[in-house]
Amino acid sequence: MSPGTAAAGIATSDAALRQVLHGLPGVDQVGAEARAASLATRSVKRDAKLWALDMSIRMIDLTTLEGADTPGKIRAMCAKALRPDPADPAVPSVAAVCVYPDLVAVARAQLARGTPSAGQPSAGRVAIASVATAFPSGRASLAVKLADVNDAVSSGADEVDMVIDRGAFLAGRYGQVYEEIRAVREACGAAHLKVILETGELATLDNVARASWLAMLAGADFIKTSTGKVSPASTPPVALVMLGAVRDYARATGRQVGVKVAGGIRTAKDAVRYLVLVRETAGPEWLTPALFRIGASSLLNDLLMQRSKQLTGQYAGPDYFTLD
Amino acid sequence: MTWDYAPAPESRAVVTIAGEYGLFVDGEFGPAADGRQFPTVNPATEETLAQVALAGQADVDRAVAAARAAHQDAWGPMPGAERAKYLYRIARVLQERAREFAVLESLDNGKPVRESRDVDVPLAAAHFFYYAGWADKLEYAGLGPAPRPLGVAGQVIPWNFPLLMAAWKLAPALAAGNTCVLKPAETTPLTALLLAEVCQQADLPPGVVNVLTGAGDTGAALVSHPGVDKVAFTGSTDVGKEISRALAGTGRRLTLELGGKGANIVFDDAPADQAVEGIVNGIFFNQGHVCCAGSRLLVQESVADTVVDRLKERLATLRLGDPLDKNTDIGAINSREQLDKISALSAAGDAEGAERWSPPCPLPARGFWFPPTVFTGVSQSYRIAREEIFGPVLSVLTFRTPEEAVTKANNTPYGLSAGVWTEKGSRILWMAQRLRAGVIWANTYNRFDPASPFGGYRESGFGREGGRHGLAAYLDA
Repeated sequence: MSPGTAAAGIATSDAALRQVLHGLPGVDQVGAEARAASLATRSVKRDAKLWALDMSIRMIDLTTLEGADTPGKIRAMCAKALRPDPADPAVPSVAAVCVYPDLVAVARAQLARGTPSAGQPSAGRVAIASVATAFPSGRASLAVKLADVNDAVSSGADEVDMVIDRGAFLAGRYGQVYEEIRAVREACGAAHLKVILETGELATLDNVARASWLAMLAGADFIKTSTGKVSPASTPPVALVMLGAVRDYARATGRQVGVKVAGGIRTAKDAVRYLVLVRETAGPEWLTPALFRIGASSLLNDLLMQRSKQLTGQYAGPDYFTLD
Repeated sequence: MTWDYAPAPESRAVVTIAGEYGLFVDGEFGPAADGRQFPTVNPATEETLAQVALAGQADVDRAVAAARAAHQDAWGPMPGAERAKYLYRIARVLQERAREFAVLESLDNGKPVRESRDVDVPLAAAHFFYYAGWADKLEYAGLGPAPRPLGVAGQVIPWNFPLLMAAWKLAPALAAGNTCVLKPAETTPLTALLLAEVCQQADLPPGVVNVLTGAGDTGAALVSHPGVDKVAFTGSTDVGKEISRALAGTGRRLTLELGGKGANIVFDDAPADQAVEGIVNGIFFNQGHVCCAGSRLLVQESVADTVVDRLKERLATLRLGDPLDKNTDIGAINSREQLDKISALSAAGDAEGAERWSPPCPLPARGFWFPPTVFTGVSQSYRIAREEIFGPVLSVLTFRTPEEAVTKANNTPYGLSAGVWTEKGSRILWMAQRLRAGVIWANTYNRFDPASPFGGYRESGFGREGGRHGLAAYLDA
C-alpha cells in the first residue's frame, strides 16, 4: 500500500472513492483561469531568466512518439538529450528521453554510448521514460496494459508514463481506475510511475483535481497532464490545479508527488511561465527535475536559442542549433 | 537552490514629467489666477514629481463659465453621433499611450505597474469606448423618450484610481451631452492632467472638459458653485455628507460614491484556492485603497482555521516594493496622512484584543509603506470591523449559519459591496437577495466592467456609475 493510501486510510470501492474525490474543494474555472493569467504576467529577466532556461532544459523529457519513429531517429534524439548544444558543454543534459516501449532498448544502447553534459549539476544520467498501457487511448484490457508495462520495464525503462482509463473515470468507475494504477505501479517495480490524466478529455477542472488525487492515492510518483495526442493538451489553468493538488496532497500525507506538463509547449516563454506557476503554486521545492518535468521536443531548441541570446546578447540563426 | 525574479522595472523614460503643471481651462493649460502651486510626490520615494497649480475661487469661476459656454455653443447642440466620435478618439489615444499612463499613475499614486497597466488604464479606455456607444442612443436607454443633458457637471474624484475615476466621471457625462469641470485628488493630479492633454490631442472643443487641480478648498468651491448643474463626488463619507448638506435645497443634482466596509463571505463549500485568491484580491488589490474592498472576511467557523492558514501561506508569496517593478504585487501607501490613518486603526485593533499577523516582509526605507496585515479574532464591535481602514488590513470574523452571515454582513452603516463564495448556486441567490450592498460578487471579487453599474446605498452614497444606469445620473429624462 502506498503511503498516500495508508495516510488517507480509504477504502477503494467506487462509492468510497467517490466520497473522497467529490469531497475535495471545488475548482472555480473563472478564478483558476484568472490566477493562471495573472501569473503569466510575471516578468523574468537577466539572471533569473538564465536560471529558468537552464532549469527548463534539465526538466525536459525529450519526446518522440510517432508511428514513424525509427532506431535512427531515437539515436539522434538521445545524442541531443545528452549534449543539447555541442558547441557549449555547459548546457545541461535533459532529464529523460521519452519513447514507445519497443524503442527503449535502442535508447538505452545509445545513451550508454555517450556521457552526459558537464553542465549536468547532479552529474546524473539521462533517464529513459516509456509510454505504456496502450498509449495514448488506454483502450485495452488490463492484461494487455500490464504486458505493455512489463515490456518497457524489462527493456530498461526507468520511468513509465501510463494513461488512465478516461472512459472509466468519466463513467464514475473510480475503483477500476484506481486498481489499474495500483497494478501498473506494481508492474513498474523500481521504475518511476507517471500517470497521464489526459486533461483535455476530462474537460472540467473539478475532474482534473479529482483525477490528480485518484492517481496520487493509487501511488503515482508523477501526475502528468496529457499524451500530446489530444487537444487541448497542457494549459496553464490545468497545471495550476494539478500543482495545487500535489501541494495539498503533500500537506496531507507528507509525500511529494511530481507534475509533468506535456503537449504544445514549444517556446522558452511558455516553459518559464510554467516554472512561475510551479514556484508560486506548489512552491519552490518543486523546482527540481525530480518533481517537475516538461514533455516536449521542439521546445529544447528554443531554450538553447534564448540561452545563447541571454549570454551573448544576440540571437543566432536556427541553423546554429541541431535539428534531430 | 533558489530562484528569485530579477528586478524588472518598467522604464520611467516612457513618460515626460514637466516641472510645473497648469490648470486645464477652456482648452488651454495655464497657471492659477493667484499663481499658487502645490507639490505632488511619489509616495514610494517621497521624491517631488512636479509643482501643480492650486485652483482658487477665480479659477473655479472661469472653468465653470468655460464649461457653460461650451455646453451652450458646442457640445450641447452637437448630434450624439458626433460626440461619440470624440469619445472613441479619446479611448483610442488612451490605448495608444497606455504605457505612459500606467507609469505615470504608478509614480504619482504608488500602485504597482502591473495593476495600472492591466486594470486602471485598460478599464479607463473601456469606459470611454462603452459610453461612446451610448452617445447617439440615449433615447433608447430606457430613461424616457427624449432625455436631455443637465448642463455643467462638477466632478470631484479620489486618489485611489486617479485615471479610472476620471474616466468613470467624464465618459458618461460627455456621452450624455454635459460639459465637465473635474477636480482630481490633491495627491494624484498627474494622470488627470495627461488626460486633459489627450482631450487636446483628440480636438475636443475647448471648455468641454476642464481640469482644476487643488485640495479640499478647490473641491468645496467647485461643488458649491451656483453655475454647476450636477455634482458627482467619489470619496470619503464625511466629505460626502458635507456636500450633501451644501447642496440641499438648491435643486442641483447629486450622486455620491462613498466609503464601504465590504464583507467577503466564505462558506465551507467554497472553491478553496479561488476563495483564497478572492480574499487576497478583495483586500490587497491596490493596497486596499478600494472603496469596495472586501475588508471584512466572514468565514464559516468550520473552515476558518484552514482558510486562514491557506491565506497566510498565500500572503507570504506577495511581493511588496518598487511600484514600477513589473513583479510587484503590493505598492506604496498613497500618502503619509493615509499611512498614519492605517497605522492608527491597526493599533486600535491591537488594543481591542485582535491578533495581528503580517508575512515576513521588509519595507523600503523611504516612502510610505504598510505590510499586508490580517487581524484574526475580530469581533463585530471592534473598530477594525466597523470603520473603513482603506489600507491593506483584513479583519477576519466567523459565522455559523447563512442567516448569521447575512446579519453580520449587513451590520454596518455602509452598503457598497459584498462577496459570496460557495459552490451552491441557490445559496448565492439567497444571499444576494438579503445582503444590503450595491454590488455583490459571486465567487469573484473586485471585478469591474463598464457595462455593469456600480454604486452603493446608505452611508456608501447613491447613484450608479457604469452601464445604462450610469447615464441616468447625467440626464434629465
